[in-house]
Amino acid sequence: MDFDFSDEQKLLADQVKRFLDENCDSRVVRSVLEGEADFAEAVWQGLADLGLHGTAIPETYGGTGAGYLELCLVAQQLGAHIAPVPFASSVYLVAEALLLWGSEAQKLIWLPKLCTGEVKGALATTESLTQLRPQDVATTCSGDRLNGTKLVVSDGGIADLFVVLAQPESGSPTPALYLVTADQVQVQAVDSVDLTRNTARVTFAGASAQLLTGEGWSALQKLYDRAGVLFAFEQLGCAQAALAMAVAYAQERFAFGRAIGSFQAIKHMLADMYVAMKLAESNCYYAAWALANNSADLPLAGATARVAATQASQLCARDNIQVHGGMGFTWEFDCHLYYRRANYLALELGSLSEWEARLVDHLPLQQSA
Amino acid sequence: MDFSDTPEEAGFRAEVRTFVDEHAPHYLAPFLAKSGFGNTHTGDYDTLTEAKKWQKTKAEHGWACLMWPTQYGGRGASPMQNVIWSQEEGLYGRLSSLFIIGQGMCAPTMMAYASEAHKQRYLPKLASGEEVWCQLFSEPHGGSDLAGLRTRAQKSGDEWVINGQKIWTSGAQHSDFGILITRTDPDVAKHKGLTMFFLDMKSPGVKIVPIRQANGNSEFNEVYFDNVRIPDHQRLGEVGEGWRVSITTLMNERMAIGGSIPTGFPEIYELVQTLSLDGAPAVENPAVKSRLAGWYVKAAGLGHNASRMISALSKGEMPGPENSMGKLVAGNMMQDIAKFALDLQGQAGSLVDPEIAEGAARFQAMLLRSPAVRIEGGTDQILRNIIGERVLGLPEDLRADKGMPFNKIPTSQQDKS
Ligand SMILES: Cc1cc2nc3c(=O)[nH]c(=O)nc-3n(C[C@H](O)[C@H](O)[C@H](O)COP(=O)(O)OP(=O)(O)OC[C@H]3O[C@@H](n4cnc5c(N)ncnc54)[C@H](O)[C@@H]3O)c2cc1C
Repeated sequence: MDFDFSDEQKLLADQVKRFLDENCDSRVVRSVLEGEADFAEAVWQGLADLGLHGTAIPETYGGTGAGYLELCLVAQQLGAHIAPVPFASSVYLVAEALLLWGSEAQKLIWLPKLCTGEVKGALATTESLTQLRPQDVATTCSGDRLNGTKLVVSDGGIADLFVVLAQPESGSPTPALYLVTADQVQVQAVDSVDLTRNTARVTFAGASAQLLTGEGWSALQKLYDRAGVLFAFEQLGCAQAALAMAVAYAQERFAFGRAIGSFQAIKHMLADMYVAMKLAESNCYYAAWALANNSADLPLAGATARVAATQASQLCARDNIQVHGGMGFTWEFDCHLYYRRANYLALELGSLSEWEARLVDHLPLQQSA
Repeated sequence: MDFSDTPEEAGFRAEVRTFVDEHAPHYLAPFLAKSGFGNTHTGDYDTLTEAKKWQKTKAEHGWACLMWPTQYGGRGASPMQNVIWSQEEGLYGRLSSLFIIGQGMCAPTMMAYASEAHKQRYLPKLASGEEVWCQLFSEPHGGSDLAGLRTRAQKSGDEWVINGQKIWTSGAQHSDFGILITRTDPDVAKHKGLTMFFLDMKSPGVKIVPIRQANGNSEFNEVYFDNVRIPDHQRLGEVGEGWRVSITTLMNERMAIGGSIPTGFPEIYELVQTLSLDGAPAVENPAVKSRLAGWYVKAAGLGHNASRMISALSKGEMPGPENSMGKLVAGNMMQDIAKFALDLQGQAGSLVDPEIAEGAARFQAMLLRSPAVRIEGGTDQILRNIIGERVLGLPEDLRADKGMPFNKIPTSQQDKS
């Protein structure tokens, strides 16, 4: 057994960290938050130039083929920097869906462009104000024409290529996944808790669509098993950054003649944040291994990482505000950036209670004491 | 990253399996399987006798205290081999609880500070379970604030004379020896006047009084010292260096407890699969799922944390204070799980009769024992202080007794006014 990332993998993480430290500080995040830019284009291009979009994409399709362990570490850094780029949508969801179900032609057309960053992707599933269920999908596809509206599409405002969940009119028992290009859709920006994610309402009115896979619902579950790990790493990064911010403030802010970090109420809150973060970290590391090795354990390991990282990022982001007092509730301080991102990520790909149920459904029956 | 056995690890595992298959007390398996937390069941067999027998068998075949050097009764095994051993020993590992304090805490202290002759004399018998050891640290006035302890040791020729009282000493009634921390100089600051010894628990002047615990058992004791004499060669470390020596013990304590602590997850998961709730297996209820997922995440996280620690140890890294979190997480979790398991059983959850209650009353035993997990070996609050200060680097607590000579420190409200 060897339960650690290799030195080369750590070196890569460090390189990504340095790039983002230099190019993606909170001023960059805020420029997107304030609507001055749709996304951080220079960061997006820089990541592509470093070959990071294609970290887990084979060289034949324009990637570096480095692997999923590496991609997990990239995700962690993006989460720590709250990077306002459509990386999760493009890489963990759309590129991944193409790798899993795309025809050779579809892969050859789209993957190289996703690797260079020329094309940005988005996944369109949600239609109503309730949790997603296959029997409720009202978007339909008849022949190659797609009709319907997706209510909440992350990065939908800037995407060039959509993967869409829709019900074939042929009377299939399950919805299917389709590919649709941006020129076929109407996009309307909608505000969300994280204003840096270009959330949009996307309408398809006779949009030209290509079938990706007919078994859309089970495909979506498989996609979530895999992407769940990568989202968990973003959440882990977010938790770690929020914790670090809180610890730093607790050391420098004085009240009653002493650093607030010496008050046990604060110290113990920070200790609990650390514990949640550490549990998430270890679960994430194991899930990274399961993802990279296509282990039979992946659905359980992925759900475990996702639940732990959701809990940790929500706790750390929330209590980072508490540690900061009134300053924590200002627009000016960065606390809310973590709070927004943590709570947004928690709802993408299905919410915490849905993942809790997935986790339990994947536990092996009868685990004897 | 790689979770499969290397060929050497697989070979070692096979060797362990053969030994366990051939020598383990299989007749105890059904009872051990039903052991609730804090109670080791051995049916009609005497637990102490059976525990010692299994330990002796392990030692005779070189499977006791695997990581110790061979000359002290160990096997010189790696941390990874030790993990493989405990995975394969499985249920029978539940017989070892009597030896954890001696082997996990006293022994590392002896290895670091005892003379070679003493190591040769005491460690092999500790490994084989022939001699049981206890840890005489806590006192009525020194628990979390261990350095507030008052038991006096005064030099008399080549000996030290001990007077005072220890409390909460687990297993003292079964122990042959103990490590003992005392105050040798009350005129200096509290951490500076301490000295560590080991002693024969049968020494004249030692009196052991069992304490009845909140759960009805009596695992811990009061231990009184009335002019007990300890030869100077049984001193561990220099005079006045007892605090530093105790750190060795406590670091190992958190390793010994934190790495392998039960969480209650397998038990609750088993329960909700069979127990009916609202006409269906409880596990199908969304509220149950949510609780279960939260606990699984913790149990799995602690397991992976432990594996990461073993991996780091294998590469020669030192375990750090972050291991304090194991007991902090598990203790709270066990208490929550017990409460929830009883809740699901309705009023019948209140029964503690093992003949009637679900699973031989395992969750009731857990309910009644788990509060202690949050106290023994460092309370939840002390562990959070450690994480806050030593892991996150936060400033120390304000200490009202900082730098004061020990005998000037207030010990009650009256002292202060
Ligand atoms: C089952 C069991 C077995 C034990 N076995 C042994 C043994 O074998 N050998 C041995 O030496 N000891 C043993 N102990 C003793 C144990 O280590 C102490 O009980 C423990 O360290 C707490 O000390 P205390 O009981 O004096 O409580 P106190 O220190 O008086 O604590 C009371 C409360 O005050 C809190 N508190 C104290 N100081 C602080 C602080 N600085 N910051 C915040 N909160 C604080 C504590 O968290 C606790 O909630 C055992 C205890 C139990 C319950």
